[in-house]
Amino acid sequence: MSSENLESLVNRRYEHGFVTDIATESLPPGLNEGVVRAISKRKDEPEFMLEWRLQAYRQWLEMIEPKWAHVHYPPIKFNEISYYAAPKSDDDRPKSLAEVDPKLLETYEKLGIPLHERAKLAGVAVDAVFDSVSVATTFKGKLADAGVIFCSFSEAVREHPELVRKYLGSVVPRRDNFYAALNSAVFSDGSFVYIPKGVRCPMELSTYFRINAANTGQFERTLIIADEGSHVSYLEGCTAPMRDENQLHAAVVELVALEGAEIKYSTVQNWYPGDENGVGGIYNFVTKRGDCRGDNSKISWTQVETGSAITWKYPSCLLRGENSVGEFYSVAVANNMQQADTGTKMIHIGANTRSTIVSKGISAGKAQNAYRGLVKVMPQAHGARNHTQCDSLLIGKECGAHTFPYMEIKNPSARIEHEATTSKISADQLFYCRQRGLSEEDAVNMIVNGFCKDVFKQLPMEFAVEAQALLNVSLEGAVG
Amino acid sequence: MLEISNLKCRIGDTEILRGLSLSVKAGEVHAIMGPNGSGKSTLAQVIAGHESYVVTGGTVTYKGGDLLNLAPEERAREGIFLGFQYPVEIAGVNNAYLLKAAVNAKRKHQGLGEIDAFEFLKLAREKMAMLGMDPKFLNRGVNEGFSGGEKKRNEILQMAMLEPSLAILDETDSGLDIDALKSVAEGVNTLRKPDRAIVLVTHYQRLLDYIEPDHVHVLSEGRIIRSGDRTLALELEEKGYDWVRKAARA
Repeated sequence: MSSENLESLVNRRYEHGFVTDIATESLPPGLNEGVVRAISKRKDEPEFMLEWRLQAYRQWLEMIEPKWAHVHYPPIKFNEISYYAAPKSDDDRPKSLAEVDPKLLETYEKLGIPLHERAKLAGVAVDAVFDSVSVATTFKGKLADAGVIFCSFSEAVREHPELVRKYLGSVVPRRDNFYAALNSAVFSDGSFVYIPKGVRCPMELSTYFRINAANTGQFERTLIIADEGSHVSYLEGCTAPMRDENQLHAAVVELVALEGAEIKYSTVQNWYPGDENGVGGIYNFVTKRGDCRGDNSKISWTQVETGSAITWKYPSCLLRGENSVGEFYSVAVANNMQQADTGTKMIHIGANTRSTIVSKGISAGKAQNAYRGLVKVMPQAHGARNHTQCDSLLIGKECGAHTFPYMEIKNPSARIEHEATTSKISADQLFYCRQRGLSEEDAVNMIVNGFCKDVFKQLPMEFAVEAQALLNVSLEGAVG
Repeated sequence: MLEISNLKCRIGDTEILRGLSLSVKAGEVHAIMGPNGSGKSTLAQVIAGHESYVVTGGTVTYKGGDLLNLAPEERAREGIFLGFQYPVEIAGVNNAYLLKAAVNAKRKHQGLGEIDAFEFLKLAREKMAMLGMDPKFLNRGVNEGFSGGEKKRNEILQMAMLEPSLAILDETDSGLDIDALKSVAEGVNTLRKPDRAIVLVTHYQRLLDYIEPDHVHVLSEGRIIRSGDRTLALELEEKGYDWVRKAARA
């Protein structure tokens, strides 16, 4: 579609009043400057934001799609994607849990998801969901008292433009990579968090998030800023299976930790992985990076990845401040036809910076699971230390595990350790457990959870339990 | 308790058991002896339900029901315990965790409530004290980095916790020095009960110096070729397996 056609489309909608109609219309497939302008206009964004998007779009045009990851998929037709999908109207949604697919409800049950969250997760029309509104209001009050800003990205652009302007793209520049540039041009929405100086966020930003952040769209954008001496723990995603008509997901997450601040970012990702043949799954191409900008700051990533047909993701830390600390704890599960290429980057820039990497990869079915990690020590990073532990667990004969560690050490005082193991759930182990009275499934779950325990213990308590249940569900039928 | 009649089985194309019959009653201790490759361990694995072995003939009745129809975990919950010759390591899985899961799987099967962590620890400490084991054992990975003696003792601990009706101990003496052998044997002796049957699979008679069997059977080429009391084991020690084999052929 030409940009003139699009402009006229946008204008025509104006006749109907832009609040309601804008929220319920999607843009036709294709990407050009007009689409970028239309997205910005619909969100009622200030001029600087539109300029930022347009520059990202122009940079994206000059970039080429990366091919280095250990994953395979047919070419993505960027002009057949719609870049603005409106939320579903309440008329299209189920009116109560009784109308929801019983299989989905069964999964919620297995995962131990609290009753009051199930309706929301299943996409039941908002009015039918009691509890969630009042719960959210309570949380909002508590956060406001502490001075914490926690809102949607769109709201932040309108209400706190000075903060957005200062920090957006300061960790992941627009032209950082192909998908980050695409996201920068067309990002739909996401979350914004600002923790003021010296404030310890009074709650995990998880419960609230799970109830409120459905339908964030395919190009999510998250920005978290922890000002000097502050502390925040943030949990993204949920264990409930998430389906989406959009196959390509390219999110960007930026974290900024100023002097003495600490950010703990936990992810549980369970996007639809496709059927046993890999048909219909989500492509999850994400750029996540944290910047330990101030001295004595700390950023910790914990992720449990079980979903998506293809995952391509490397939550990283720029350790700029002296004595800053970066951590990465990951469990990545790939079953059936799933492909995962995930890991981290720890860039040691300041003196006496420390990083820890614990990666646990589980492959089952015909899946391919790759760990790719970079530890880089810059010349000025005296006394930098890294410890990497990278373990793979194989279930069955047809899956694969791959490890690609990269190290670039430019300071002789650095201490770098790398340990790696590969193990297999053997028939002997299963028979041993069954002889003690455990079912085969319970035996597999026990072995897998034992394998992952170093990562699970990093998760907030209630989520560790759910993550464990999620792993069990994800590997159902993996043996036998 | 256990009636085996004319049992035949193979692994791959190799026939291992060729018409084996054996009867074990509650309260009895049986020793199965025989040269390498005679089918001793196979018998233990078949009773436990290992799926690599295909039963091609005969019957096995346990507590009056058909045993061969049950999955390995069902047999375990019904009270069959196999002490493995080579207990596997399961890295990262806490010893206590497996033990508790096993105890609860059995309790659930019996229609009893699951025991919680406190009750479990109390019970486990009791049994460990009885067997002279260090409680630290519980917090290690299952058999992870255990010495040969520790592995075998861990098997006996599991047996003590699970209180089986029928315990089959496969080469429980192999690889143990004399002190470890004594302490494992003592453990087994404390677990002898009128309602429990124990089958010892062993290559050497020295284990029988410490655990006195009621019956001794000699297995050769997949069949029991001679049965007797405790004196048979001593005679074997003196004259060797060839002696029985020749006698059986004659």
